[in-house]
Amino acid sequence: MEARYYKKLWWRIILATVGFAVIPLIILGGVIYHQFSVSYTAKIKDDMKTLAAGRASSLDLFLDERIAQLTGLANTHSLAQLQDEAYLNKFFNIIQSRSKSFLDLGVIDEAGNYLAYVGPYYHLLKKVNYQDTKWFHEVMTTGVYVSDVFPGFRKVPHFIIAVLVRERNRSWILRATINSEIIDKIVQAAWTGKGRDAFIINRRNVLQTPPRFGGKVMETPQAPDFAAVTGTTVEEMSFRGKKWLFATSIVKLKKWVVVIQEDPTRQLTPLLQARFLAGLIGLGGAVLIIIGAFFTTRAMMKELVRMEREKAVSDEMVMQSSKMAALGKMAAGIAHEINNPLAVISEKAGWIKDLLGMEDVTASQNLQELADAVSKIEYHVVRAKTVTQRLLGFARRMEPMTERININEILAESIEFLKNEARYRNIELQANYAPDLPLTTTDPTQLQQVFLNIINNGIDAIGKDGQIIINTRELAQSHELSIEISDNGPGMSKDVLQKIFDPFFTTKEVGKGTGLGLSISYSIIEELGGRIMVASEAGKATTFTIYLPVR
Amino acid sequence: MEKFKLLVVDDEPDFLETLVKRMTARKIEVTGVESGYKALEFLDGQDVDVIILDIKMPGMDGIETLREIKKKKPLVEVILLTGHASVESGIQGMQLGAFDYVMKPVPLDELLEKVRQAYDRKVIQADKP
Repeated sequence: MEARYYKKLWWRIILATVGFAVIPLIILGGVIYHQFSVSYTAKIKDDMKTLAAGRASSLDLFLDERIAQLTGLANTHSLAQLQDEAYLNKFFNIIQSRSKSFLDLGVIDEAGNYLAYVGPYYHLLKKVNYQDTKWFHEVMTTGVYVSDVFPGFRKVPHFIIAVLVRERNRSWILRATINSEIIDKIVQAAWTGKGRDAFIINRRNVLQTPPRFGGKVMETPQAPDFAAVTGTTVEEMSFRGKKWLFATSIVKLKKWVVVIQEDPTRQLTPLLQARFLAGLIGLGGAVLIIIGAFFTTRAMMKELVRMEREKAVSDEMVMQSSKMAALGKMAAGIAHEINNPLAVISEKAGWIKDLLGMEDVTASQNLQELADAVSKIEYHVVRAKTVTQRLLGFARRMEPMTERININEILAESIEFLKNEARYRNIELQANYAPDLPLTTTDPTQLQQVFLNIINNGIDAIGKDGQIIINTRELAQSHELSIEISDNGPGMSKDVLQKIFDPFFTTKEVGKGTGLGLSISYSIIEELGGRIMVASEAGKATTFTIYLPVR
Repeated sequence: MEKFKLLVVDDEPDFLETLVKRMTARKIEVTGVESGYKALEFLDGQDVDVIILDIKMPGMDGIETLREIKKKKPLVEVILLTGHASVESGIQGMQLGAFDYVMKPVPLDELLEKVRQAYDRKVIQADKP
């Protein structure tokens, strides 16, 4: 029952300690991680949004500048001037010297024919008529036109900006081809990190710039259709079984959509690292707590067991002494109740004896018989009185006290108690008392309990037919007395010898010994300032030696 | 014939009666009463030298009686008699001025020896100025 109870308690303490320590740790870790994750994701999204908006406005700026350049050129020169290809070429060179955005520049009349052209595709384009093209119509009606990216006649992705100029009664168009690489570069500036993609789509979800991963210009991007978005957005979406972060922003001039695509698992690497680290620290903490709890609990349980044992001994001592006190009271009561009738018997016998001495009775022929009978009565009264006196002596000594006593007398009394038991088992109790043993101040009752315990153990160990030898000695040098109690019983093995003073250790049959006798004896002798030792050899003999200080 | 007057106080009639008889047979002037009250009453009427007093009695016990006796007749010597060798009551009795205490049963000769010693002390005390 003991072991199971301790095991259960052990588990309860461990679980409680670990539970109370680890649960808050997990909650704390979880909350911090969650907060971190939320704000980190928010930051990433914010970054992407800013990036998309930034790219879009850069494009806006770029297109704006190009249109401004063309409008400026158209409005500051007459058609006649610009029709002159040499003049136009000069201007083209001026523009190109500042930025290489323009691939070519052309002046086109109302009929869609080139009036002048500067650029690499002179022979190819000079003969082209644009009258039936979509952009031509558009620019004729709206005045400014920016095209989507298209391969055109030259089969290279590019786009054009066309500006309509009205001059008196005629109109003409200034048309420039823009190197699509430039907008590619503006968008590609957002290809940061390992997993971030950025591209532009038009309103029909066709790629205007090549994406970083998969797909080509003029194709449909490998992403959800963002052609219909109206502003700057960012959201997490699943696409082809994978989670992505998408940010979009509108290029106002052309209603293109800048799309920034992000693999969150790559971008969120710090978060995953944080998660891993948090997990590692949490795990480490938990392991530390468990180890700590284990050791603390072990120490606690050890202490608990020790205290429990000590308590058992002191409980037993208290019980023993209260038992003895009760026994003492009873003994005193009995002695008193017997002494009174004994006194009457003794007086009556005395009176008869007195009467027998008177002359009128001396003549009786049974005088001698009567005298004998009275003597016998007196003798047995004395005998009974010895018993009651011993009882009273016993009772008196049940109260804890210190007295100056002769150890020999206490031993003699203990032997007296056990004499009958020993005789019955044919065990000889042989006492060799040191003469002139100095008196010592000690508690005779407790001491007697120790002697009774040890002699009784000796008798039990022998069982039948044996000898117990008791020696007392004075050790003048150390101011001690020694009491040696040896039995020629079966002795003890070393294992048993080591545990002999442990509480609850007993070699007697279950129910016969409490296992507390010797541990109580040990505490008593220690309390009285002495020592108790035991020497034994299996199969031979056991000797208990008690040393008491002389004081 | 002894010189002293003796009073025996004991609640056990058999004991009291026999003790008085045996003492009377030894020509001692002795009276027996069976309670503390009676002892005090008796003392109002007469003087005694030594009192043998049982400690454990119903009503007024020996210790209380001893106290009253010592108030009334400080010179009277008292020997306490007990069936119970209780050290405390013995010591208490001695502190209250008892001459000695003796445990029952006691051989008559021993008791009488104590009485004689008590009487001797009483005589010495009485002679003192």
